[in-house]
Amino acid sequence: MKRIAFWKNLRALICLLVVVYMLVPLAIILIISFSSAPFLSFPPPGFSLQWYDKFFTDPSWVRSLMVSLQVMIPTAILATLAGTGAAMALTRSKLPAAGFIQGLLMAPLVVPVIITAAAVFGVFRIWGLYGTIPGLILAHTVLTIPYVLSTVVTALGLVDRRLEDAAANLGARPFTTFRRITLPLILPAVLSGLLFAMVISFDELVVSLFISTPTVRPVTVLMWSNIRGATDPTIAAIATLLFLFSLTALLLEGLARRKTNQPRVL
Amino acid sequence: MFARLARDRYAWLLLPAGLLILVLFAYPVFWLLVRSFSDPTWGLQNYETVLEKTIYLKVLWNTVAIAGATTIGALVLGYPMAYSMVHAPPLTRKLLIFVVLIPFWTSILVRTFAWMVLLQPKGIFNDLLIGIGLIETPAKLMFNRTGVLIGMVQIMLPFMVFPLYSVMSRIDHSYVQAAANLGARPLKSFFRVYLPLSMPGVITGSMLVFIISLGYFITPALLGGRKDVMIAQLIQQQISDFGNWALASALAVILLVGTGLIFAVVYKVFKVGPDARL
Repeated sequence: MKRIAFWKNLRALICLLVVVYMLVPLAIILIISFSSAPFLSFPPPGFSLQWYDKFFTDPSWVRSLMVSLQVMIPTAILATLAGTGAAMALTRSKLPAAGFIQGLLMAPLVVPVIITAAAVFGVFRIWGLYGTIPGLILAHTVLTIPYVLSTVVTALGLVDRRLEDAAANLGARPFTTFRRITLPLILPAVLSGLLFAMVISFDELVVSLFISTPTVRPVTVLMWSNIRGATDPTIAAIATLLFLFSLTALLLEGLARRKTNQPRVL
Repeated sequence: MFARLARDRYAWLLLPAGLLILVLFAYPVFWLLVRSFSDPTWGLQNYETVLEKTIYLKVLWNTVAIAGATTIGALVLGYPMAYSMVHAPPLTRKLLIFVVLIPFWTSILVRTFAWMVLLQPKGIFNDLLIGIGLIETPAKLMFNRTGVLIGMVQIMLPFMVFPLYSVMSRIDHSYVQAAANLGARPLKSFFRVYLPLSMPGVITGSMLVFIISLGYFITPALLGGRKDVMIAQLIQQQISDFGNWALASALAVILLVGTGLIFAVVYKVFKVGPDARL
């Protein structure tokens, strides 16, 4: 029996280690971002909001925040519309090779992102999309479609098709059926796809790094170029803001999912 | 007849996503892959360069070694974690899932920055180690393999834990019970019954972690040293610093084919894939 106790304790110890390992780095960044000291010391000598103030008043950070938002919002809308449409097509029509098409649409998730980044950079330079907001939007849309697609396809699989058939039999046209019956049923999944797309666009670094220029540079890319020489807690403050943004989206997504008891896709 | 026509209309909804992916993803990737054979002239010269030069071979080896070590690290930490998640009371389970999930949704840049702050020579971790008297001078914890692995394992852990969790939570515990009733000691029933039953999760999780690690860029670039350059970083350097598309595209093909092969082999041999629900 002693041996079992040993293994149980070892397992508990590893779990504790994992909890510390996963959370402590984040917690320390959070704490340092409120430091009054102009260097990355821990524990901080006092409390201040100056690094947040610095972020929101420094023109280069503000400009890149604007770029990130200008890219994130259209990306999320485009990816949600295109992804939901594709999900409807894949589940509601008798397309030949539906499996292959779905695989192709999911490919940006499977292909290593560095390859996508290099490839997109190469053709965007030729097409004149390099270093432009529309270029960033289009690239991010392609990266986020798989998330919307997989979430909405799962939700559509759970919709009782008899409801749609009933609406059609009662004379509703396909679009009316979609708007009045299907969409309300899959709305939580659509919203969750929208939130995924927002978070992924806002956090995206690798593709953005390739296709942005110093004048059009999202927050993550500016962070990347400042991170090595970072000596004051401004980056910690931005990291905290990014973290809070993801956390909010994650909680909202959880709420949306709970409404329909939908299983988590990712 | 009308219903069928109406249903066919749905096919048009594929068009926007299909066009976006074809024009902005499939074509560019194809364009890149072709360049590996055609730049500057048609032939296999770019692959010869990669396979002949020691520095590039070293990078390929680094990539496999780091991805392998990350997989082992994630498995060692992830297996007990997933086991505890399955067998814990509901509240603890929720808490543990939350712990694994929160960093999962935090930008990799944020998490890597956190490690940079923690692991630097005058960082918190070194202060702590010196404070408790374990070491006298700051240990080198980043810009080397140690730093890369600390950062990578943390980022990859969720990809290991969730496949394990989903397989383990479907294991019928009466098998383990039966083994115990038949006189197997707990350890034996674990190794003979539970571990084999959880193997699909181990394989799926390990494959996911290994494959994703192979193409990783941000963490090794920030936490690694000059000896820890991985293939993704080399691709980025070749394009951004040297404009060497010929070499970069050959490396991209090697990465893509390597990833695909592992995927296919694991799928064929073990009949499991990432479609085992996460």
